Amino acid sequence: MQQEIGLLVVFLIVFLYDVFMPAKCQRALPGLTAVLMTLLTVAGFAAELMGCNPSATSAFAGMYQTGPAMAAIKIILNVGVIIVLIQSVKWANSEAMAMRRGEFYQLLLVTLFGMYLMISARHFLLFIIGLESASLPLAAMVALDKKRYESHEAAVKYILTAVFSSAVFMMGLSFVYALTGSLYFENIYFALSGQLSMMLVLAIAFVIAGIGFKLSLVPFHLWTADVYQGAPTSVTSYLSVISKGATAFAFLVVMSQVFGVVYSRVWEWMLYALIILTITVGNLFAIRQRNMKRFLAFSSVSQAGYIMLGVIAFNGMGLAAMMYYILVYIFSNLAAFGVIGAIENATGKLSMDDYKGLYRTNPRLSVAMMLAMFSLAGIPPFAGFFSKFFIFTGAINQGSVAIYVLVLIALINTIISLYYYLLVVKAMFISEDECTIANFRSSCGERFALWITVGGILALGLVSWFYNSLLGIASDSSMLMYFVH
Amino acid sequence: MFSNILIYFVVIPLVMLLGIGLCHNRDPRPIRAVAVIGSLALTALSVCLLVQYLALRPTTDAPMLFVDSWSWFAPLNIHLAVGVDGISVAMILLSSIIVLAGSFASWKIEQPKEFFLWLILLSTGVFGFFISIDLFTMFMFYEVALIPMYLLIGVWGSGRKNYSAMKLTLMLMGGSAFLMLGLIGIYYHSAPEGGQLTWNILEIAQNDAISHGWQTFLFPMTFVGFGVLGAMFPFHTWSPDGHASAPTAVSMLHAGVLMKLGGYGCFRVAIYLMPQAASELAYIFLILTGISVVYGAFCACVKTDLKYINAYSSVSHCGLVLFAILMLNTTAMTGAIMQMLSHGLMTALFFALIGMIYGRTHTRDITKMGGLMRIMPYLAVCYVIAGMASLGLPGLSGFVAEMTIFVGSFQHADMFHRVFTIVACCSIVITAVYILRVVGKLLFGPVVDKHHLELTDATWWERVSTVTLILCVAAIGCFPNFFNELINKTFTPEIFSVLGMTSPAL
Repeated sequence: MQQEIGLLVVFLIVFLYDVFMPAKCQRALPGLTAVLMTLLTVAGFAAELMGCNPSATSAFAGMYQTGPAMAAIKIILNVGVIIVLIQSVKWANSEAMAMRRGEFYQLLLVTLFGMYLMISARHFLLFIIGLESASLPLAAMVALDKKRYESHEAAVKYILTAVFSSAVFMMGLSFVYALTGSLYFENIYFALSGQLSMMLVLAIAFVIAGIGFKLSLVPFHLWTADVYQGAPTSVTSYLSVISKGATAFAFLVVMSQVFGVVYSRVWEWMLYALIILTITVGNLFAIRQRNMKRFLAFSSVSQAGYIMLGVIAFNGMGLAAMMYYILVYIFSNLAAFGVIGAIENATGKLSMDDYKGLYRTNPRLSVAMMLAMFSLAGIPPFAGFFSKFFIFTGAINQGSVAIYVLVLIALINTIISLYYYLLVVKAMFISEDECTIANFRSSCGERFALWITVGGILALGLVSWFYNSLLGIASDSSMLMYFVH
Repeated sequence: MFSNILIYFVVIPLVMLLGIGLCHNRDPRPIRAVAVIGSLALTALSVCLLVQYLALRPTTDAPMLFVDSWSWFAPLNIHLAVGVDGISVAMILLSSIIVLAGSFASWKIEQPKEFFLWLILLSTGVFGFFISIDLFTMFMFYEVALIPMYLLIGVWGSGRKNYSAMKLTLMLMGGSAFLMLGLIGIYYHSAPEGGQLTWNILEIAQNDAISHGWQTFLFPMTFVGFGVLGAMFPFHTWSPDGHASAPTAVSMLHAGVLMKLGGYGCFRVAIYLMPQAASELAYIFLILTGISVVYGAFCACVKTDLKYINAYSSVSHCGLVLFAILMLNTTAMTGAIMQMLSHGLMTALFFALIGMIYGRTHTRDITKMGGLMRIMPYLAVCYVIAGMASLGLPGLSGFVAEMTIFVGSFQHADMFHRVFTIVACCSIVITAVYILRVVGKLLFGPVVDKHHLELTDATWWERVSTVTLILCVAAIGCFPNFFNELINKTFTPEIFSVLGMTSPAL
């Protein structure tokens, strides 16, 4: 509970500061938010390290429950949020954002709070509250660029899909309720054992579809590219890593703690098909993209497919590998968005063709981008290699031949993804065209965030502590008991 | 950790990377200095390793020496485990010599800082791969060695470099996708039920727990995975394009060392860990590698681009390496390792010479050049020596290796093996055809282009580079027994207790 309360306190401080402080102090708001979030994260991290977090706390008559794994994923998300906050300082302090600066930070903190609830919910009522407060304010954030037409379009697309997917999700829940008479995860879990009916299959299909929209799994991904392109870059990066990471973890919780009993009978095959579709379609569409934000949108679609391997693994190693994957993905993707955002802020250019010859004019940004691409593609010694390797190892630990086939398909897909990630590297390093982006100095916040992310890309894999401790947390976790085949 | 000599093969390149990273881009001299001093240090270290290895070998029966292991990802039992046997020592020696020669060959490269950074990252991967005995670290170093290739070819290459670089990277990475699945599969079957799973090659071989069914699945995965890098037909198509577009030093390193990673991996992982499947499925891969051997040689006969000729010749020679490994007996396998050494050195020499010739004439098309013996006699003589080594002149390395391979292969008494041995033997004749064609046309023919008469002969750094390689080629050719002993000691009873179970001709 401490983390939620801490986050609420941060939110209140930011809110009161925005409302009551005079206009000339407002420019300090981005910095203040980042500092407060850092304090919160450090406190949570210290508590985790010293073992102050009790193994499982619950509140609201068992509707809310937290444990070491939940605390860890919240810290991981916090780290991502801090990086986004640092990256967005320049944008938030720009002329156009002067009136809406506070809104951005408040909405962001509210969505983060919603994600916290989603992760820790053990009752579908609380889960829905979390889901809604994590997605509706995001639509407002997407629309923050008031003067840009695309931003509005994206917001409308986002809110329509969000609402629609919630409706689908709740439809599934009503079926579940009809079958079991409860919305507590635990009650449903035990009530479902031994059951297999068409209604259950439909219910699970609806639930997966509902969350699949949020995760942008294929075929529920159609909103992704447009929204990523239309939203302000800081919001896009937030949407692509934090929102995705939180939802993926919540998805794992729901699938194991609610529907774990019917894993092999009902949803293993649904997810199996979804993963293949997601990875393949995401990759194939990414090849054709020239706009960097759309490009990363499709790349993130396929990355979501890899994250789902941690869910289908259905064991402690899968859980740990998924958390680790999310951590690494946050750093790699934010490095890429950091470069894109810096270039967009300085020149307004977003097309891959503009990146041609970038190494000659902006070598440091190019190197950061290259490391991000290599990490996303899973090239050693960068962190992405380790996260991919461990998520495959975790998935294969499940043991069936079908999983070997799935992993093979995923592996072949990494080659396709390598192709388009290399296209960016090629544009920056190999192309001999004259670069249209002149040398510029990115803002302090952008550079700081890039250093952090690049440091993460280099360190997260080679330093084994991160994965080892996540695996330790996962194998201590109370969630382990749900992983029975 | 730092008391083990092997770890320095990774530490030195890392220090070199750091050193070059600190250098300024505009002045190439300190960068060259770091590269040369570093690769000299590596060569010295590998000679030192060789001496120590030879001293220690008779005292122990262990399959590997200098074995050490440091825990890395403890819950998954992933270690940074190192250890060498005669094969690895030979490969490390080869790599360090070629890195040295490659550094000299790229003396005048543009953008030296980035070039050497990538080149040394590549060699870090190569050395790391050869010293590792842990499947995870081995695979990691393997991929580290592959990816710099993309930029090395893409930025410093020539011709259709974008296409070639992308093709090469994707095909090799495609191979490693299969490989990764194979390795994870091996891990999960590395110990008997309830035992501690391991990535360590020695422990896996000792446990011998991979069931027959899983072997038949995992063996092709790993063999094809490494075989792509070994230019096995039909996965060889990256090799001609890649080599043709790559800059000199990269071609040298790639054909000389990187393709050996494939052969070495096939032996060390696929065959060593899954001998039963190896002996059962060998015939499929024998057919494929047999095709590589002959097909590569024929292709080399019709190409007019010097680099294409040598790239196809590499396909043929590397095919012979895999071919010999699959014969699964001591003689042929020893020959395979000799062939790796020999091919590594002489291909590096070839590509170095081609680079030097191209740097002067600005063409690699043999129809547009001629009479180089009169114009640049030093380079021409070197080319003849390399050619003779390639077609198997006694006294040079090629003869020793090929002889051993074919003697070993012919030990199999059955029809299938003998027919394929004879077919593969034919490649020697075809090799003679394409080598003599080039030598006759390029070196001894009439001068085609009058401008070529003004060209100069080799500079001092080019001489260093070529002389080093020629001395090594001659050394293997003249003292084959030394290398034979070195390699042969690998095939200790322990290994053959694994391999020998089903091998017919022991």
